[in-house]
Amino acid sequence: MATFQFDLCELPPEAESLRGEVRQFLRENLKTAAISRSRSWGGFDREFSRKLGARGWIGMTWPKKYGGHERTFLERYVVMEEMLAAGAPVSAHWVADRQSGPLLLRFGTEEQRERFLPAITRGEMSFAIGMSEPDSGSDLASLRTRAERVAGGYRVNGSKIWTSNAHKSEYMIATFRTATDPKDRHAGLTQFLVETKSPGITINPIIDLTGEHHFNLILFEDVFVPEEMRVGAEGAGWAQVTTELAFERSGPERYLSAMALILELVRAAGPDPTERQAIAIGRVMAHLNTLRQLSLSISGMLQAGQNPNLEAAVVKDLGTTFEQEIPQIAHDVLGLEPSPGTGSQLHQVLAYLTQSVPSHSLRGGTREVLRGIIARGLGLR
Amino acid sequence: MLGDVSTRLFTDLVTPELIADAEKGEWPDALWRAVEENGLTLPLVPESKGGAGAAWGNVFVLVAAAGRHAAPIPFAETIVASWLLSEAGLGVPEGPLTIAPGGADEWLQLERAGDEWRVQGTAKRVPWGASAGHVVVVGESNGTPMVGLVARGAVQAAPEKNLALEPRDTLSFDGTPAVAAAPVKLPLDVVRTYGALVRSAQMAGALERMLALSVKYVTERKQFGRPIGNFQAIQHQLALLAGHVAAAGTAADTAFRAAERGDLRYEVAVAKVRTGEAAGLGAGIAHQVHGAIGFTYEHSLHFFTRRLWSWRAEYGAEAHWAEELGRAVAQRGPAELWPYVTSR
Ligand SMILES: Cc1cc2nc3c(=O)[nH]c(=O)nc-3n(C[C@H](O)[C@H](O)[C@H](O)COP(=O)(O)OP(=O)(O)OC[C@H]3O[C@@H](n4cnc5c(N)ncnc54)[C@H](O)[C@@H]3O)c2cc1C
Repeated sequence: MATFQFDLCELPPEAESLRGEVRQFLRENLKTAAISRSRSWGGFDREFSRKLGARGWIGMTWPKKYGGHERTFLERYVVMEEMLAAGAPVSAHWVADRQSGPLLLRFGTEEQRERFLPAITRGEMSFAIGMSEPDSGSDLASLRTRAERVAGGYRVNGSKIWTSNAHKSEYMIATFRTATDPKDRHAGLTQFLVETKSPGITINPIIDLTGEHHFNLILFEDVFVPEEMRVGAEGAGWAQVTTELAFERSGPERYLSAMALILELVRAAGPDPTERQAIAIGRVMAHLNTLRQLSLSISGMLQAGQNPNLEAAVVKDLGTTFEQEIPQIAHDVLGLEPSPGTGSQLHQVLAYLTQSVPSHSLRGGTREVLRGIIARGLGLR
Repeated sequence: MLGDVSTRLFTDLVTPELIADAEKGEWPDALWRAVEENGLTLPLVPESKGGAGAAWGNVFVLVAAAGRHAAPIPFAETIVASWLLSEAGLGVPEGPLTIAPGGADEWLQLERAGDEWRVQGTAKRVPWGASAGHVVVVGESNGTPMVGLVARGAVQAAPEKNLALEPRDTLSFDGTPAVAAAPVKLPLDVVRTYGALVRSAQMAGALERMLALSVKYVTERKQFGRPIGNFQAIQHQLALLAGHVAAAGTAADTAFRAAERGDLRYEVAVAKVRTGEAAGLGAGIAHQVHGAIGFTYEHSLHFFTRRLWSWRAEYGAEAHWAEELGRAVAQRGPAELWPYVTSR
């Protein structure tokens, strides 16, 4: 049967008791207003990440010898979902914890793991994702930024774009072209650890439509990357980058990013909502609860050592569609004008999320790319 | 196990011809007997009483299988009815059973008359109300919820049908004697809640089948010199449908797990809303990719889409359950929203 298998996942008691600790921590360390919580996993606060690191909540599933804590994917899931539901500023460690660290664990050298993973788990080192280029978005395999072999390493020329938090990150994992094979575009890609302060790198801000500096254009001019900073074999980049994207898509941030507005919507409707508001809220809850079970199911697959690439694509597509509906629903049932900077928390959260949700079905693979992956899973491609 | 047996049985026996005959009013006796003889109809009845002694969590696959095959028998109803009888400590008769009342404002009364219990009141749209061997009713007697068993023929039935031409009869109880009755520790609207529960699983099953039919069709049908499944527009529609199928299955499965806990109302509301929404959107996609052939009686697609359009409205449509859910969430307030979600 052409369907995907989502077995229900029950959280074990140790994961549930961890939830209490996380909530206590958040009560003590997160006292921000709704508008900053609406930034969800986009909020960057190195101090906050350090505190999380000190609690052992970064790199939770990694081996202890690299600073990890050898806990289960389900325990990690609880920490992630609590952070997201509270709108905690997790972006200083999110990418490293979610994909850069796991990538190094899987494909990195022993030396790389020892050097980078402990710093990540302490919340002291941020990573950016260097995939997209000006001419290579959805068609990632067409990327052209070159890494040429030179004595002791590689020389990089070209550019990366839309690189989130590159200006705040110490490192990025970037995918470059090391060889050109006209018959096979997927061959000849290689991944590297790149220090963002390397000579020859210029990081130019790109202001997003909300007026913020979040992503960047990075120019590489004869940037030297030492041999020991190559991740995996030369030419193995495509397989690695698809693995990295699977890590990137598998988490609960792909459906919880509009939580701040859901909470403001319920607050605004009050304890005695109109019929229309009650129906709208109920429908939102039906989706939220179902997405949580789907997302949990993926964590269960990760815990069981499976590779839920397809399932993650399904849940990201459903989840981002859900997130994008929330401002529309708030607009429909409350009829408020979004107002940035002023007005109630509700007005401001509505303003921020109305503008930011369109990006959710772009980053990490567009909706169309995901549906292509799902269609392949159905046997149609 | 139960899931495998039911899937095999339904695959062998529920043919398009059998469904079409049932739609003309023929009772699929051989199918019913096979299902009953294989011990699939009483999963929740204790083994000591002739059932399978399973738990609600195991029943999802069974009910979903019936939906996946559009089995035209009161299979889900018999499962709920036999469970109700067991909960009330009553014996379970052989043969197909149904349940009443399922409407929002329908209440039945049970009154004692000498040695006998008599049932009073009207229940609309009772599945196979006229043809099931017995009706299991839930009503109250001086404020106490009771389960009663009424034999076919004892109650007056006015035949009606749903879109899928499944019997949905109006039963008028007029001091109708019950074969047996006993008090039960369940809410008076238990039929509606468990009715919504099983319909969500049937919908999840039917949605799965609809996706399978659609995938098969688009790989076979050629236009412009290639299978229409090669067109990205079609691929993306089916990817979207696959998402709804996954969501519906998970929502319904979760509600059965909650039923096993005995505290299921929240999850039933979630499941009925989510599967109902998937049913409406999914049926639209399936018909679109099937073109005109899917609009014929000849093709099997409508056995599933017509059921989905009916089932999503039975035992409370999305609007009903969403409103209940939304009011409960609003009452608890925003600070309790997430803690409540994670406590379930
Ligand atoms: C907020 C934000 C943060 C980001 N952060 C990062 C980051 O940190 N690192 C990084 O590397 N990238 C990042 N990205 C880039 C992101 O990965 C790309 O936006 C994405 O891959 C799409 O590429 P594109 O923007 O060039 O769009 P395009 O690929 O040009 O696509 C435009 C539209 O055409 C559609 N389309 C393209 N090809 C097809 C096709 N074959 N069939 C059907 N439709 C198609 C797309 O789905 C999309 O709807 C970020 C993007 C955003 C919005």
